[in-house]
Amino acid sequence: MSEVPGDLKFTTDHEWLRLEDDGTVTLGITDHAQEALGDLVYVELPEQGQSADAGDGIAVVESVKAASDVYAPFECTVDEVNGALADEPEKVNSDPYGEGWIVRVTPASPGALEELLDPEAYEQLLAEADD
Amino acid sequence: MGNRTPLYPLHEEAGARIVDFGGWDMPLSYGSQLAEHRAVRESAGMFDVSHMTVVDVTGDGADGLLSRILANDIGKIRGTDRALYTCMLNDEGGVIDDLIVYHRGPGDYRLVVNAATREKDLAWMRRQAEGTDAEIAERPELAMIAVQGPQARERAAALLPETAREEALAMKPFVAGGFGDFFVARTGYTGEDGWEIIGTGDAVMRAWRSLADAGVQPCGLGARDTLRLEAGLNLYGADMDETTTPLESNLGWTVAFEPPERDFVGRAALERQREAGVPRRLVGLVLEGKGVLRAHQSVMAADETVGEITSGGFGPTVGGSVALARIAAEAGDSLGVEIRGRRLPVRVVPPPFVRRGKVLI
Repeated sequence: MSEVPGDLKFTTDHEWLRLEDDGTVTLGITDHAQEALGDLVYVELPEQGQSADAGDGIAVVESVKAASDVYAPFECTVDEVNGALADEPEKVNSDPYGEGWIVRVTPASPGALEELLDPEAYEQLLAEADD
Repeated sequence: MGNRTPLYPLHEEAGARIVDFGGWDMPLSYGSQLAEHRAVRESAGMFDVSHMTVVDVTGDGADGLLSRILANDIGKIRGTDRALYTCMLNDEGGVIDDLIVYHRGPGDYRLVVNAATREKDLAWMRRQAEGTDAEIAERPELAMIAVQGPQARERAAALLPETAREEALAMKPFVAGGFGDFFVARTGYTGEDGWEIIGTGDAVMRAWRSLADAGVQPCGLGARDTLRLEAGLNLYGADMDETTTPLESNLGWTVAFEPPERDFVGRAALERQREAGVPRRLVGLVLEGKGVLRAHQSVMAADETVGEITSGGFGPTVGGSVALARIAAEAGDSLGVEIRGRRLPVRVVPPPFVRRGKVLI
């Protein structure tokens, strides 16, 4: 069973988001996503300051099996990328909600997270996918 | 639900992630694909390859048939206990399948062909055998495992009767023999030493259990693919198919043009191609920086597309990305690969990338 922490928001693309105190949002892929991808071997990160529309690819995670896009769930600007993943992409597997975070962004509008799934809804999504 | 091998319940029990592979429910990985890969390079791993098709070709016409339908020369192993890797070609020189053939006795050959090509292979062979004294018998009751890695033979020898172990361990690469319940061959698809072991479903199931108890790592198709890619071994359907010849697939060494009087299917087409100049070649690529080469990415020289990656991925032992690519013969060595709109430089090398645990590039 995949871990789904209670203080995060989620997307149907199996990304997690955490609203930080300063109004920025940290984004990564869920435990379920890393497990489905298998061992990660490369993470392609965006440039700092890059802006993205909702649905744009902002990073690519590549496992031994396949490449998979990480999407911006809302219009945003990239504040910071997790540079440690360049040498240690496996952190996404071992600690997807912690050291395996991918980018920190500033949403174009403050209420951007409200549209996303809460933990219960995401668990529901995983349960339905299992059926 | 797809076809299942006799070992399927054991894979399920071990918590393997199961995927469809050519109509078979097969283990992709039992946990970490990287750990499985490493086990084979450093100690010993085992693969269920029972989905592959075992076909026995026997009778007075067996020699004649195989001499005609295989591009490598069966005469090289006639009268020996050896195996031969070969392509089976169509009239245009295209590869119908690649396979291993074992000589087991006078007029007694065993072929192991790919699972995904089973039906067309059998249909083709049966058509070629019409009017000959060769018998073609599929052996669906047989299961097969590959035990691979520097410690593989030593560990697997315990499966054999005590009196047979010394003789089995003395087999040179590409030699095979029957020992107790098993047909054992010193062959594989990983670039490492090891055995492939064929027996009834029951016997192979017992073998799998006792190897697992002895600490041999079960490995799935994921690790099988990264191991064979690093070993520079072609995958049928990816690196070659009916539209490519062995000469365009880095398999010229498997085509026996000698003796000149052996008239094998595809010979005339290959001779024409050789005469005219082989237009494309299959090469190894090493990505110079970070990233992952994948199948179907374009290979570029200056501003021109000169070919395509046929197999690519991350090579865990190499510690970077490697690929096989089919490129124009005159493409030169200064190449790049287009990944998500960016051109990344690659180095052209002759495969293999890794052999017997050593990185060669």
